[in-house]
Amino acid sequence: MSVLLPDSTRAALDMLAETRGAAVPLAGGTDLLVHWPVRLDDHERTYLDLSGARELRAYQWTDEELVLGGLTTYWDVLTDTRVWTHFPLLTHAARQVGAIQIQTRGTWAGNIVNASPAADGVPVLMAYDAIVVLASVAGQEEVSLADFYTGYKEMRRRPDQLIVAIRVPRRAHAVQIFEKVGQRRAQAIAKVGLAVTRSDAGWRVVAASMAPTVRRCPAVERLLEEQAPVHGPEDFLAAIERDVTPIDDIRSTARYRARVMANLLYHDLRGVCNFIQ
Amino acid sequence: MYRIEGLAKLAGRERYVDDLPLQDFLWGMTVRSPVPRGRIRAIRFAKDVDWREFVVVDHHDIPGPNEVLLIERDQPVLAAQYVRHMHEPVLLVAHPSRDAVRRAVRAIEVVVDPEEPVLDYRKPPRPDQVQYGSDNVFKRITIAKGDVERAFAGAAVVVGGVYETGAQEHVYLETQGMIARLEGDTVVVVGSMQCPYYVLTALMHALKRDEHRVRVVQAPTGGGFGGKEEYPSHVALHASLLALKARRTVKIVYDRGEDLAATTKRHPACIRHRTGLAQDGRLLAQDIEIVLDGGAYVTLSPVVLSRAAIHGAGPYRCDHVRIQGRVMLTNAVPYGAFRGFGAPQVQFAVERHMDVIARRLNMDPVEVRRINLLRDGDTTATGQVIRDGVDRIRLMERAVELCGYHAKRLDHARHNASDATTRRGMGIATSYHGSGFTGAGEVRLKSRVHVAGLAGGRVEVRTASVEMGQGTLTVFTRLAADRLGLAREDVLIAEPDTGRVPDSGPTVASRTVMVVGKLVERACDDLRRQLELGRETRGDTLRDAIRAWHREHRGAELIGEAVYKKPPGIEWDDTNYRGDAYAAFGWGAHAAEVEVDLRTGNMKVLDFVAVLDVGTVLAETLARGQVQGGVVQGIGWALMEECKFLGGAMANNQLTNYAIPTSADVPPIRVVFVETPFEHGPQGAKGLGELPVNGTAPAVLNAIAAATGTSPGNIPLTPEVMLDLLERGAGTAVVG
Ligand SMILES: Cc1cc2nc3c(=O)[nH]c(=O)nc-3n(C[C@H](O)[C@H](O)[C@H](O)COP(=O)(O)OP(=O)(O)OC[C@H]3O[C@@H](n4cnc5c(N)ncnc54)[C@H](O)[C@@H]3O)c2cc1C
Repeated sequence: MSVLLPDSTRAALDMLAETRGAAVPLAGGTDLLVHWPVRLDDHERTYLDLSGARELRAYQWTDEELVLGGLTTYWDVLTDTRVWTHFPLLTHAARQVGAIQIQTRGTWAGNIVNASPAADGVPVLMAYDAIVVLASVAGQEEVSLADFYTGYKEMRRRPDQLIVAIRVPRRAHAVQIFEKVGQRRAQAIAKVGLAVTRSDAGWRVVAASMAPTVRRCPAVERLLEEQAPVHGPEDFLAAIERDVTPIDDIRSTARYRARVMANLLYHDLRGVCNFIQ
Repeated sequence: MYRIEGLAKLAGRERYVDDLPLQDFLWGMTVRSPVPRGRIRAIRFAKDVDWREFVVVDHHDIPGPNEVLLIERDQPVLAAQYVRHMHEPVLLVAHPSRDAVRRAVRAIEVVVDPEEPVLDYRKPPRPDQVQYGSDNVFKRITIAKGDVERAFAGAAVVVGGVYETGAQEHVYLETQGMIARLEGDTVVVVGSMQCPYYVLTALMHALKRDEHRVRVVQAPTGGGFGGKEEYPSHVALHASLLALKARRTVKIVYDRGEDLAATTKRHPACIRHRTGLAQDGRLLAQDIEIVLDGGAYVTLSPVVLSRAAIHGAGPYRCDHVRIQGRVMLTNAVPYGAFRGFGAPQVQFAVERHMDVIARRLNMDPVEVRRINLLRDGDTTATGQVIRDGVDRIRLMERAVELCGYHAKRLDHARHNASDATTRRGMGIATSYHGSGFTGAGEVRLKSRVHVAGLAGGRVEVRTASVEMGQGTLTVFTRLAADRLGLAREDVLIAEPDTGRVPDSGPTVASRTVMVVGKLVERACDDLRRQLELGRETRGDTLRDAIRAWHREHRGAELIGEAVYKKPPGIEWDDTNYRGDAYAAFGWGAHAAEVEVDLRTGNMKVLDFVAVLDVGTVLAETLARGQVQGGVVQGIGWALMEECKFLGGAMANNQLTNYAIPTSADVPPIRVVFVETPFEHGPQGAKGLGELPVNGTAPAVLNAIAAATGTSPGNIPLTPEVMLDLLERGAGTAVVG
């Protein structure tokens, strides 16, 4: 194992370019280093330790947006009360990631690039229309998080690019919901994750652990936009089926996942939307 | 009294086997079977590895019989021609680099011609699946009391039910680990274990050595729960074989993944009840069938079945009882000892069944138990007369009062009628657990304890009973100090080293305090006798006497000794399963309050009360911790711990996917001890370690049944199953 130690973002990008993207960025390491003893092949790789690139820690509020840095952790977000006021789902999700040890090391960018379909950070960012800012020696580019994933663990990031920021637009939200259903109440991987927001931009419904990637659910969003009467959880099932493809796996079943997502949508929105009875 | 080794553990100074300083040693690893059953055709070593760098051991390298000596001799140390379960050890490899040995294990292919495995213990085997006797039954036990069939004929109501419990992993924090080294011609094994003398006997047998050429030392052990009862013999044998071949020190420490996949679990069980009752709720007849999954080898299964059968009818009075138990071979990784040892499974069944009965009779579950709980003078299913002065009804009432049972039930009825997404309920269970081995078992063990008077005037307690987090060091210190009137600092507890300590038996079966602790007291008395002092000699006088003795007998050892003696009046007939199964029982009552989320099927335990009578409590904080830990383990077993088996292998062999409760998943656990002294226990103490597990799962499930109106019969009851039950509105317990 070899580790590159850049002291700035610029140096990090140079190193990535020099290794032609073969170096693996290392932020909190809470995904990369799990099961390290048995991941023998990973011992041969080169890692790019981002901790020296201090600019990546930058974290700022503007009138229009909250900008998370490439190294912003869950803890950074949890300890900022403004987040609780303007983006409560970020706080909710951060609080449910692992436990304090992980919250203080794990980063939002790492969560995005790790691309787990069960991620907790990704769905809430997606429900807030977050934009991923990618940089390489060739320049910067921005991709909407909703369009970022192209398949299981596949994404619109070249190996020579770093996430240098995540922009979250500030809007007034009438509805904000985050649900994580795991095998237990902490230190759990989501069996079903759900983030829902409603703003001037419309409904956003994002599902986790329901498809090969975290994804928006356009059919459910349409159903909500159209305000067609809903009489019970079952009325969401057809739209859910169109949007996602849950599976039976080691943690749960396809049937459970679909039903729980329908139940959550129904019960959580019932008091909020008059077309849901 | 504080925990003797507590500060060292808290500060991270305690050295477990993997922390022991070691130089110039090899890492050992195990190559395992890739299929559940079949004949080994070939073993292929990858060409791109320089195998001269490695030490490789197979069954030819075993000096003695290729058998792991336990009850039977059916289990090989290393599979020779045939494998009977996934992950069965076939070869051993060692190398100075841990990564190199990990790679080497992956570069060896065990080629097996697969044969049809048995993967469901509930189905009778097909002829080509029979691998033990004529029907794959490892052991059958029948207990018969009265005339069951006649009693059924006179019963007003007959209630049936089928209950199943799943495998459970111990999740000791420290995985299995062992170091083997050669000291001259002696094989010395140091490691994580509950039973140094089991390991010693297994080594002597397969290595063909007498006790002078093998020594076993227990290292501080990070949890056992039964998982380090019989399994460490395997790891010790493996490390020793490698060390003997390499003539070097060898260390084997399992990764969590290997530990979860390859080591023992709690026996899965399927239990069928048929119960005849009078209209007023009195038990008239109990007909109980117990089937356990034993896995691929006999190991300890007959004894697990024994405890299951003896506890099968619950702590209830019933004149006509039939209990028929059997444990089946399957091609699963052998199941093994786990806290409770068969009793949690059967008590889950009987306690759930009591609630099924109550619902059927339209009675309060507390009332059905009150009518039927054993009174002093009543007999158990084996005919043991219970007369220990414990008021079991009062015990239950304490739990009922403490949890606010009656008021809560009214609250819940209101809540459940109005809340859209949650349901709440209360559940009660009673429990009991026989302390120590069965009457005959303790006699066979002939446990022995020494208390040595040291030259400086202090004493040293020498037993093979280990500390594994449960408090042995602290309690033995207290018992010896109290008995001899010494300060606690003047009592040392010897490291369990078979070269130095006598065989006080295995550290299992809730026997350490009650049985071995009593021997500690008697060995203290014997020490005084050696000094020709009376009972009243204590403290400084005694220390002076010890010092004086040593001045007169330079270089000699002053040892007080005690050997197990059956308490008077205990008679057990092992052939017919009649009589006094255990010298004493601990008793418990458990109450749970739960909330079920109708949207997700998630179940949350809101409150838990455990009221136990384990005789005198010797170390209150530790005892409370034992109960709380047992309750947490019971909650995990009831609601989330699920071994997912695929083709005979545990597919979720990571702690991410085999979920145990976190602190956020457990409620406040309130523990109350009612102390009725047991006259043959040290200072009146009985066994404690296992009892708290027995009543937890049924109390939780009974609460869920009450909350939802469903009748769940199987655990783990996962949210996936719960949601199905809610949808169907009916139970999985089959009436028949
Ligand atoms: C015990 C435990 C509990 C956990 N619980 C949860 C949970 O509840 N919910 C959840 O969602 N996750 C959980 N995780 C997973 C993990 O903590 C999160 O995904 C975390 O956000 C990863 O961030 P990191 O900084 O540690 O990533 P790393 O492990 O450092 O990296 C993850 C991936 O992102 C890449 N990467 C990191 N930063 C950048 C960057 N700036 N630009 C480009 N690529 C980058 C890395 O190359 C790697 O591919 C848990 C992990 C553990 C060990």
